[in-house]
Amino acid sequence: MIAAEGLVKTFGGRTAVDNVTFRVGPGEVLGFLGPNGAGKTTTMRMLAGFVAPTAGRAEICGYSIDAQPVAAKQKLGYLPEGAPTYGEMTPRDFLRFIGEVRGLTAAEFRQRLGDVVERLQLEEVLDQPIETLSKGFRRRVGLAQAILHDPPVLILDEPTDGLDPNQKHEVRELIRTMAPGKVIVISTHILEEVDAVCTRAIIITNGRIVADEEPAALIRRSRYHNAVSLRLQHSADLAAVAHDLQNMDEVREVEVDNPEFTVTAFPKDNALIVSAIGALAAERRWPVEQLHLEAGRLDEVFRTITAATSANRTT
Amino acid sequence: MGVISSIGKRELQSYFATPLAYVFIVIFLALAGLFTFYLGGFYERGQADLSPFFNFHPWLYLFLVPAIAMRLWAEERKSGSVELLMTLPVTLWQAVLGKFLAAWLCIAIALGLTFPIWVTVNYLGEPDNGVIVAAYIGSLLMAGGFLAIGSCISAANRNQVVSFILTVVICFLFMLAGFSLVLDFFSGWLPGPLLDAVASLSFLTHYAAISKGVLDLRDVLYFLLVIGVWLYATTIVLDLKKAD
Repeated sequence: MIAAEGLVKTFGGRTAVDNVTFRVGPGEVLGFLGPNGAGKTTTMRMLAGFVAPTAGRAEICGYSIDAQPVAAKQKLGYLPEGAPTYGEMTPRDFLRFIGEVRGLTAAEFRQRLGDVVERLQLEEVLDQPIETLSKGFRRRVGLAQAILHDPPVLILDEPTDGLDPNQKHEVRELIRTMAPGKVIVISTHILEEVDAVCTRAIIITNGRIVADEEPAALIRRSRYHNAVSLRLQHSADLAAVAHDLQNMDEVREVEVDNPEFTVTAFPKDNALIVSAIGALAAERRWPVEQLHLEAGRLDEVFRTITAATSANRTT
Repeated sequence: MGVISSIGKRELQSYFATPLAYVFIVIFLALAGLFTFYLGGFYERGQADLSPFFNFHPWLYLFLVPAIAMRLWAEERKSGSVELLMTLPVTLWQAVLGKFLAAWLCIAIALGLTFPIWVTVNYLGEPDNGVIVAAYIGSLLMAGGFLAIGSCISAANRNQVVSFILTVVICFLFMLAGFSLVLDFFSGWLPGPLLDAVASLSFLTHYAAISKGVLDLRDVLYFLLVIGVWLYATTIVLDLKKAD
């Protein structure tokens, strides 16, 4: 269980994090989203006890990170931004050090080391200095360090940054398999990741929480949600198609993309219009190549929300 | 205690994983020998004692200890590993003490490896071995004082070169606090008792007392206090600046 209450952090005169409050329970995977410099990393550092908040409080499993830092940190696995490690050490020595400091016995350590090495596929590099490893391996050593003691709470700052698509997929699988029973917070700026692993997303801009919902609910906010796009053959009369679509009762708006030969119809009140449009297309014998029902576009929601907040700030 | 030794062990491993420890030890031994035999006139004096050896230790430490201390925290802050260390279940004191003890142990190893000169002097004559033991203890304590100062300066900034230079300057002031070089600077405007206080901070005075074989509790306490105060300052500086 993570509880953040009214977290504020100011650097000099600048407010980096402004009154952030949320709770995350077991089984939840919270995605922390936001533009660069929005305050994601600072918030996570406050949760992990690296940065002291200017105001507000944070708790890990009921332990105040301020008053009982050692007990709170014992429950926490934390991957700092950039996955710093000790470069001159080998992953084996590095993980042994982490295990010692976390109070694992030799037997526990052997068992846990075997587990994380298998999960993160570190076997082949276990005895090479970390600084000689590729970026992907370094990131995975950082992840191994965070999950070595099988903590109930995991805070991972950009866990997939710098990984190739296969490795990203593996790390997401790892997060998914660990998720039941654990509290996991990840920050990312890759929106598909939120959709792929998170049960909940918080969007933060200028230090404030501007959205806190399930990813599906966020996607429903998109103006593309339930929109239908038609891709037509080059012989089609796009203007006529657009005109006919616009005349349908359920259609609010139509957009024509000439170079792509695509017409997109946006429904009123998120109504499902795909079958009606299909019927109309058959009736009018439109030369349809593709008919596509849009779920919604997370990146568009993200831009809308964060841009609106920035605009409000500046005016 | 377990955590402190884990942190210390890791730190010491990293000294020996890089050339740092070897370079330090070799240079220390080479310079110690050079000073003793050429500048100190070890043979020419015709006396069976190690004062030409110990007399040069403060000057050796003045440059060599800051070189080891400069990376203590500056490097952790620069590489970002300080964030990792500080989010492990350790207290600031455990981290500061663990790293300090590792560096001190490295210096102790270098100091210990000067034993051939002790063997030599015993072979050549009949020195007072009690004095030599006391001088070794005093030398190690003084190195600890220099190191604690360096630890604090290293925590205050992430640039190792700046750390080195500042540490050398501050160590120099502490070393010569009892001499006119430093005292003249204060004598114009500091009242007498405070001037005496400054003078009593001198590393050299306390070290000289111990290395003559007078292992006075006050001198030992002085160095332990210097170490404690500067390490305490390190924890405060770290707490304020670790995330900058």
